[in-house]
Amino acid sequence: METIASKPAGIAGKILWVIIAIIGAACLGVIALRRGEPINAIWLVAAAVAVFLIGYRFYGRFIETRVLQMDPSRAPPSVLRNDGLDYVPTDKWVVFGHHFAAIAGAGPLVGPVLAAQMGYLPGTLWILFGVVLGGAVQDFMVLGLSIRRDARSLGHMLREELGPFAGVVAMFGLLALMMIVLAVLALVVVKALTHSPWGTFSVACTIPIALLMGVYLRWLRPGRILEVSVIGLVLLLGSIAYGAHVAATPELATLFNFDAKSLAWLLIGYGFFASVLPVWLLLAPRDYLSTFLKIGTIVLLAIAILFAAPQLQLPAVSRFIDGTGPVFQGQLFPFLFITIACGAVSGWHSIIASGTTPKLLANEGQARMVGYGGMLMEAFVAIMALIAAASLHPGVYFAMNSPSALIGNTVEHAASVISQWGFVVTPDELSRTAHDIGEISILSRAGGAPTLAVGMAQLLHNILPGERMMAFWYHYAILFEALFILTTVDAGTRVGRFMIQEIAGLVHEPLKSTESWIGNVLATSICVALWGYFLYQGAVDPLGGINTLWPLFGIANQMLAAIALMLATVVTVKLKRERYVWVPGVPALWLVICTLTAGWEKLSGPISFTAASQTYTQAMQAGKLMGPAKNLGDMQRIITNNSVDATLTAVFMLLVLTMCGFSIYAMMKAWRSRTPTAHEAPRVALASIVGQES
Amino acid sequence: MTVQLSTWWRRLVQAARLSCGIPDYDVYVAHLRAHHPERKIPTYAEFFRERQSARYKGTGGRCC
Repeated sequence: METIASKPAGIAGKILWVIIAIIGAACLGVIALRRGEPINAIWLVAAAVAVFLIGYRFYGRFIETRVLQMDPSRAPPSVLRNDGLDYVPTDKWVVFGHHFAAIAGAGPLVGPVLAAQMGYLPGTLWILFGVVLGGAVQDFMVLGLSIRRDARSLGHMLREELGPFAGVVAMFGLLALMMIVLAVLALVVVKALTHSPWGTFSVACTIPIALLMGVYLRWLRPGRILEVSVIGLVLLLGSIAYGAHVAATPELATLFNFDAKSLAWLLIGYGFFASVLPVWLLLAPRDYLSTFLKIGTIVLLAIAILFAAPQLQLPAVSRFIDGTGPVFQGQLFPFLFITIACGAVSGWHSIIASGTTPKLLANEGQARMVGYGGMLMEAFVAIMALIAAASLHPGVYFAMNSPSALIGNTVEHAASVISQWGFVVTPDELSRTAHDIGEISILSRAGGAPTLAVGMAQLLHNILPGERMMAFWYHYAILFEALFILTTVDAGTRVGRFMIQEIAGLVHEPLKSTESWIGNVLATSICVALWGYFLYQGAVDPLGGINTLWPLFGIANQMLAAIALMLATVVTVKLKRERYVWVPGVPALWLVICTLTAGWEKLSGPISFTAASQTYTQAMQAGKLMGPAKNLGDMQRIITNNSVDATLTAVFMLLVLTMCGFSIYAMMKAWRSRTPTAHEAPRVALASIVGQES
Repeated sequence: MTVQLSTWWRRLVQAARLSCGIPDYDVYVAHLRAHHPERKIPTYAEFFRERQSARYKGTGGRCC
């Protein structure tokens, strides 16, 4: 068994860290201070690496030894409850790989792209410092707490440390977050595929390909995941290549040409059927494919950035920090901090850090590498997404991410509006970009995925030039995100179904049974209806949907992060380590402030859901129609949607406040106590067990 | 060198399978032999199917 021995740093080591610190400071200086001339993306990469190394070595280490007091000689759950399946002491690199694959998703790729409207600097700084002081702290501390508690889940730990009612409140928050996540991710796919026969065709092809893989894995060659994934990948690349032919043939193209509304309905129907089918047939094979494709694409993006070394074309800070931006409304504070959730701080990770990972860690001394290090890796992915977006022509970036209500439906109108914002672009440049990527139009494709895809296609095209290759890479990037998101939608609908059944079980015990077919279909329908409602609302939204839904998602995700960090704060006090309460406490407080401020601005004030609903109500009373509503029914729907969103925001705020109340109460009680009151499992020496095993 | 390469390949395969929710089969068999000699040892196909359906039963699993 490997243990981490803490060696005193030698002179060489100290000099190395001083050099890293100087490099990091110099790169940050260049990024922050050079104005008026474009800088190279490599500065950003170097600054990120230096900041992450220092954060990992010093702050991560500080949390490990002082706050969590990880003990390599203590037996972790994987050793104590070793069952060869769920609880298995596993090599640290394997655990790291698994953990990273589980936490990295579409989130860190979308948020930074949207936040690029404020320039690359605000997003970069928030990702770098948010992750070191908040996001990685959350992941690491939740993992550390879970290891000491038989690898319990976040919900279970909340019930134990904050009381049973706090656990129920958190469960509702989690379900609401889940529904918003599914809706917003599905909306990203809708935005990417609207009137894109090529994209829609290749994404549709993933269904028969996955079915084929499922049958192959079940009957022909059971369990040969690698083999079948290679076959699947070849078929996928084939479908992308054939997609060009589909798009070029009018008879075929019309079969795959859908508007946003139809795509939303297709996804809702798909989500329902996919999640009641047996997992081995569709979900599992697509899951394998998307997991490998995700890691492969992240590596590809890293290589592309390093080799292409693009200049950042967006300004460091744009004029849209004042809150008038077209991509999302609201000022830098608090909206930057909820727009970039995954990548800086992501509440969702607390579920994984208290799920499979703590059951696999072979030693407490490895928790920093997996928990803190894994999150730093995700932040690096977020930085790469930001670079891909910032290396685009600003005019192209804004054309892709602004709603049609602002820039219209023609390249001429879009180019003139965007040029007036100060990002000079010609209609020709916009239509040429669309032509290069093999699409009819690039206008108003908000949601991150298409922007990232264009950025990635340009980077890859720089290092691997070739006729029509840009269109191929664009559709590859779209397919990768869509495949990944569809898997999340499917798996998420299942998880949501279990959550709904668990909540229903609180009211009526028999409803909890997950084996009953009627219960299954009923809970699945409720789940699909919940996220489907928000998806449809996004698809018909006057501002393009992402504009409305992404803040809701950000608020919900940061709310969960705040809850996880509050748990860590309470436990720190309960362990009588009050002097370190600021470590989880300050980021918790920051997230509470951000979510409450953002929530409040979405509830009252000029950019709120309430204001939007009032505007439409007044217009309706005056007997006028307001775009994009075409009749009174549309007007009524927009009013209802905005009221629902406002209510949901209020619910999230109430949730945060309730959890704050519970945490403060628990902390005050623990502070007065003279002895530690945390619910840790008793210490068992690792040596005593390892001796028995062998 | 060859030993190191094969260790890393094994780790890579293990991590890839684990990312898809399939734990290490050899480890499980070794565990059964050591602790539960009375139980039947499943074939890889049986083991795979059981784990595949177990993966999507609980909560959590992946991030956005």
